[in-house]
Amino acid sequence: MRIEGYGRVDRDVSLDFSFDGRRFAGHPGDTLASALMAEGVVLTGRSFKYHRPRGVLTDTSAEPNALVTVGRGAGRDPNTRATVQELYNGLEARSQNRWPTLSLDLWAVNDLAAPFLGAGFYYKTFMWPRAFWEKLYEPIIRRAAGLGALSGEADGERYEKAYAFCDLLVIGAGPAGLMAARVAAEAGAQVILCTEEPRFGGRLLAEAEEVDGQPGHLWVAGVLARLRGMDNVRLMPRTTVTGAYDGGTYGALERVSHHVADPQGAPRECFWRIVAQRAVLAAGALERPVAFGDNDRPGVMLASALRGYLHRYGAAPGRQVAVFTNNDDGHRTARDLARAGLNVVALVDSRHDAESLAGEVPFFPGWQVCGTQGRRRLSGITLRAPDGRRDVLQVEALGVSGGYNPSLHLTCHMGARPVWRDDIAAFVPPAAHVPGLTVAGSANGAFTTYGCLTEGAEAGAEAVRVLGFRAEVADNIPQANNTPNRLRRLWAVPGRGRAWLDFQNDVTVKDVRQAAAENYASVEHMKRYTTQGMATDQGKSSNVSALAILADATGRDIPETGTTTFRPPYSPIAIAAMGAGGQGAGFAPERFTTSHEASLRRAAPMVEAGLWYRPSYFPVKGERHWRPACDREVRMVRDRVGVCDVSTLGKIDLQGRDVGRFLDCVYANTFSTLKPGRTRYGLMLREDGFVMDDGTTARLAELHWLMTTTTAAAGQVMRHLDWVKQAYAQGWDVRFISVTEQWAQFAVAGPQARDLLNDVLDAPIDNLGFPYMANGAVSIGGTRARLFRISFSGEHAYEVAVPSRYGAALWDLLVARAEALGGGPYGMEALNVLRIEKGHITHAEIHGRTTAHDIGMGRMIAAKDCIGRTMAGRPGLVNDREELVGLRPLAGGTLTAGAHLFAPEADPVRENDHGYTTSACFSPTLGEERALGFLLNGHRRHGETVRLVDHLRGIDTLCEVTAPCAFDPTGGRLRD
Amino acid sequence: MTDLIARSPAFGLTPVAYGATTLTEGPWQQLTALMPFAGQTARICTALQDAYGLNFPAPGRLTRAGHTTCVWTGRGQAFLVGSEPVQDLARYAAVTDQSDAWVTLDLTGEQAAEVLARLVPLDLSPRAFGADHAARTLLGHAAIQLHRLENGFRIRGFRSMARTIVHETADAMAAVAARAALD
Repeated sequence: MRIEGYGRVDRDVSLDFSFDGRRFAGHPGDTLASALMAEGVVLTGRSFKYHRPRGVLTDTSAEPNALVTVGRGAGRDPNTRATVQELYNGLEARSQNRWPTLSLDLWAVNDLAAPFLGAGFYYKTFMWPRAFWEKLYEPIIRRAAGLGALSGEADGERYEKAYAFCDLLVIGAGPAGLMAARVAAEAGAQVILCTEEPRFGGRLLAEAEEVDGQPGHLWVAGVLARLRGMDNVRLMPRTTVTGAYDGGTYGALERVSHHVADPQGAPRECFWRIVAQRAVLAAGALERPVAFGDNDRPGVMLASALRGYLHRYGAAPGRQVAVFTNNDDGHRTARDLARAGLNVVALVDSRHDAESLAGEVPFFPGWQVCGTQGRRRLSGITLRAPDGRRDVLQVEALGVSGGYNPSLHLTCHMGARPVWRDDIAAFVPPAAHVPGLTVAGSANGAFTTYGCLTEGAEAGAEAVRVLGFRAEVADNIPQANNTPNRLRRLWAVPGRGRAWLDFQNDVTVKDVRQAAAENYASVEHMKRYTTQGMATDQGKSSNVSALAILADATGRDIPETGTTTFRPPYSPIAIAAMGAGGQGAGFAPERFTTSHEASLRRAAPMVEAGLWYRPSYFPVKGERHWRPACDREVRMVRDRVGVCDVSTLGKIDLQGRDVGRFLDCVYANTFSTLKPGRTRYGLMLREDGFVMDDGTTARLAELHWLMTTTTAAAGQVMRHLDWVKQAYAQGWDVRFISVTEQWAQFAVAGPQARDLLNDVLDAPIDNLGFPYMANGAVSIGGTRARLFRISFSGEHAYEVAVPSRYGAALWDLLVARAEALGGGPYGMEALNVLRIEKGHITHAEIHGRTTAHDIGMGRMIAAKDCIGRTMAGRPGLVNDREELVGLRPLAGGTLTAGAHLFAPEADPVRENDHGYTTSACFSPTLGEERALGFLLNGHRRHGETVRLVDHLRGIDTLCEVTAPCAFDPTGGRLRD
Repeated sequence: MTDLIARSPAFGLTPVAYGATTLTEGPWQQLTALMPFAGQTARICTALQDAYGLNFPAPGRLTRAGHTTCVWTGRGQAFLVGSEPVQDLARYAAVTDQSDAWVTLDLTGEQAAEVLARLVPLDLSPRAFGADHAARTLLGHAAIQLHRLENGFRIRGFRSMARTIVHETADAMAAVAARAALD
C-alpha cells in the first residue's frame, strides 16, 4: 500500500511492470521491491533449500530474499535484487527457485523433510556409493535447490570496462561520504564520489531527520548542487565499490542501464578500476535481524527497511504493524510509522528497562517476539512477557532490529581482521588495514548523524592534507542529531520453531549449534558446514549473529571466535562486466598482413599463427578441399615458382660496433665472421640449454644487421635480446628495434624464381652477383627494397622486402608474374610440406624440450661460448636422447604427427616408447607419406625399421628411419 | 616500368564518428627511430638542435619545434616525426625507418579522453598527461604510443593491428556516445 504524503516517487507518472506475468503499476523513483510492496505483493521468492515463502527483508543491496530474474531472452538477468532494481516502464520480472509457481511450489516438500535436512545432511547422506554423487544426487539436489539461471545463450548485451583516477575516492554518499567529498573538493582535490544507489544521500533520504535546520534530503540536495558545480568532482551513482586491491586500486561496478527499458546501445554495466591516492570508506552500516521462531515469514522485515520504504517510497507492506527491537533505533520506526497513520500495535523492546521513544505506541519493554503466524505472508506474532506469559497480536508486518553492523568489508580485502567493540556490539575496522584508506561514519561505528558528518569531514580533510591540499574542517559541521543508539545485545530468542539466521541459505540457529556440537567450531568450518554466509548476499545480514551464536555454543567470546574472511567482490559482479570486450574476436588483437585482402579475394582459408592470420592454401576451381590445393602448390614450387607472404616472421634491426659479438653471445653459432652482404642461419638457445628459436640474420652493412625470427617467437626473441643486453652486454654498442611491421616480405621460390624477380626488379640479378645466402639492396619501380637469397622450401628462392605501404601492390605484382610463368601463390599447408620434405624444423620440432644436439645441430655450439652452452652440456642432455629423424612407410600406411615410435617387435606400451612424431604430410614430390620425429639415438638408426603407433587414431605403420632431409639432400637446387 | 602503389595503414577503416568524437587516420609522416649509441645522447641533442631546434626527449615526454616532433618511445629510444632524418644523426645513434610500421590514428572531440578511459590504463587528465607527455601503453590488448593533440589524442599502433585498434576504439566511442544519450 501507498501512504499519502510520504515518499519521493513521482506519483504523477505511472510505470507498468509485471511480476510472474501479473501486471502492476509503480512510479519513477520506485525500486521493484517498493513497487511490489505498494501493490500488496509480499511473497517475492522461495528459499534456497526448503523452498519456504520469503518476502523482502531489506531496503539495501544486502537483500537475501527478494531475488528475481529480470528480462527475457539471451540477456536475461538472474538473481537481481528487487531492492536494487529500479522500476522502468515495461519491466518484466519473474520469481526463481519454484515449481510450478511461486505460490504453489511443490519443492516445498523439502520443508516437511527439514528435520532430516539440517547442517551437514548432504555430507552425511550422499557419501556413497561414491559414483552416485556426480550422476544422481548432485543433479537432483541442484534442481531442487538453487538460485536463478542464465539463459544458456550468448549474452548480446554490451558491457564495458574503464579506468578512473583521482586524489580521493569517497565510497558511499550518506552524511559521512558527502562531507568527506565536500571538504576534499573544496580544498581543490580531484574527488570521485560513488554510491551504490541511484541517488546520493544514503540514509538521509530514508529518515525523518534534520540536518543544518532543514530536512535531511534538502541538505543533501544543497551539498550535491555544490559538488555538481565543481569540475574537480566526479559523481558516480549506481556504482558499488566492490574490492580494494594493491596500489590504491579499487574495483567498482557501475550499473549503467539496468534502470531503463531500452539502453539504445549504452552498456548494461561498467567495471571500473579506480586508482586513488587516498580513499574514504563511508559505506554506512547494515541492520541485523534478531532470530526467533519462524522469523522468515514474508512481512517480517528489518525495522530500518520498514522506515526506509515509508520515507523513500511511501510504501508499507500492511496497515497493522509491530516493531521488535533491542535498541533505540527501532523506536524510530514505530514512531515514524505511527505518525504516517499506520496502526502500530506494538513496540516490543527486549530491554526491560527501556523507555519508549515512540509516543503513544503500545510499548512492551522486556518482552520478546518468539513466533509468527501465517503461511505465505505474516498474519500474526506471538509475544512473550518477562514472566513467560504469551500474547498473540494480529499484524501484517513486523520490523525487527538487532543493532547495526558497520559495512567494513573493504577494509578486510587485503588481509586485515575487524575488531570487536563491546559498547556497540559490533565489529569495526582495525587501526591498520588497506593502505591509504580511512573509514568514517557508521562504517567506523559512529552511529549518529552528527558523528557521521564529523568523521566524514575529518577523514576527507586528513586524506587530502596528506596530498598537500589545505583543507578546513572547523565550523563546517552542520547541526544534526547526536543521540547515541543504546543497545543490549540479543542474537536469538530461545524457543520452539526454527529461528532463521541466514535467509538466503536457510541456516538456522540450530544448524550453527549443530555444527559446534560436531566440532566444526572454527567460524570458517561452521560457515562451510552450514553454508552460512555464502551465495549472493555473502551473509551480510547473518554473519555477526551466526558467529555470536557459535561463540555462545562453544563457550568463547565473540572476538575470540572472529569473523570469516571478507573477500572481493562486496556485491555480485557479472563476469560479462569484468570480461567486457573480450568476447569472441575481442579476446586478442588480430594482425593482418598487407596481402590479407588479396588472399581473401582468392577464397584462401585463414589459419592463426600467433596473432597473425595467414592463408592456408589458395583453392582454384574444382579443388574442394585442402589436399588437392596443397599438392598442386607444392608441385608448383618444385617445378615452377611460388609466392608466399612471409611478413609475419619477426624482423629485428641491429646496429652498432658490438653487434657481431652480441650475436655470438645469443646465437649458438658464430656471426661475427659474417661478411656484409651475406646471410647466415642461426640457432638460439634458452639459458637452460634448450633450443629457443631459429632464423637467419643478414649483415646488411658493416654496422647494420637484420635478424629474422619465427612468427610465433618474435616477441620472445625480442624480450630475450633485451635481457641479454641488460644482463651481459651492458655498455656494448648494440641497439636494436623491431622492424617486423616496417617491411612486407615475400618468398619467391622455385626454379623460375630469378626469372620472376628479374621481371620486376629495376636491375636484374644473376647467380654470380647474387649467390645463395647473399643479401642486398634492390629497387622495384624506383622503390627501395631488400633482397635475401634464402630458402625454407629447399628451392632456388629469395625473399624480397618492401616498405609495408607497397606490400599489397607488390603481392599483386608478384602473383600476377608468377601465374604468367605457370606458378602462383602458396599457403601454409604447402609451406609445411615443402619444409618436411627438406627436414627443416619449425616449432613443432623445437617445442621447448629439444636441444641443438637432438635436432642434429650439436656441433654448432662447439666453436665458442654462448647463452645456454653450459647448461646444454648437462648430463641427460647429451647421451641417449631422442633425436630428429625422418620416417617413411615401409609398405604403405599412414603417418601422423603425435604418434609414438616402438621397436617393430615391441608391445606398443609406454614402457617401450622410443620416441614420437612431430610433423607428417603426404609428399607429392616423393609420392609417399613423410614424417619427422624424435627417436631414441635416432642419428645412428637410419635404415632401421620402427613401428609408428597412434593410439588415438588407431594407426599402426611400419616405417623406415631416414635422415630428416628427404629431398635434394646435397642442396644443389638452392645454388643453381 | 613497374609502379608500386602505396596504401595507408588505415586504408578503408576510417573515419569513424560517434556524436562529437571522431577517429581519423593521422597524417602520413616520416617516422624515424633514434637510439643514441653509448655516451652519445649529448651529441644527438646537439645534432637535433642544429637540424630541427629540439632536444632528445626525456622518458615519458616529447619535444616539438615547428612541424617536427621527437617522441620518447622506450628506454634509450625516441621517434623523430615529421622530418627526414639528417645524415649527422646516424653518427651518434642507430637510425631506423619506422614510417611504414605504424598506423597513426587521431581521436578528437570533447569526449576523446572518456573514450580512451575505456581502453587505456593511464590517467589522461591534463594535469597528469599534458601536451608534452608521451606514453608507451596499451589500448585494449594492443601496444601503442600515445600523446596529446590540441583537441584529442594521437594513437600510434602496430600497422598489422590497425583493424583491431579501430574496431575497439569505435566500440568505445559508440558506448560513450550512447551513455551521453542516456543522461
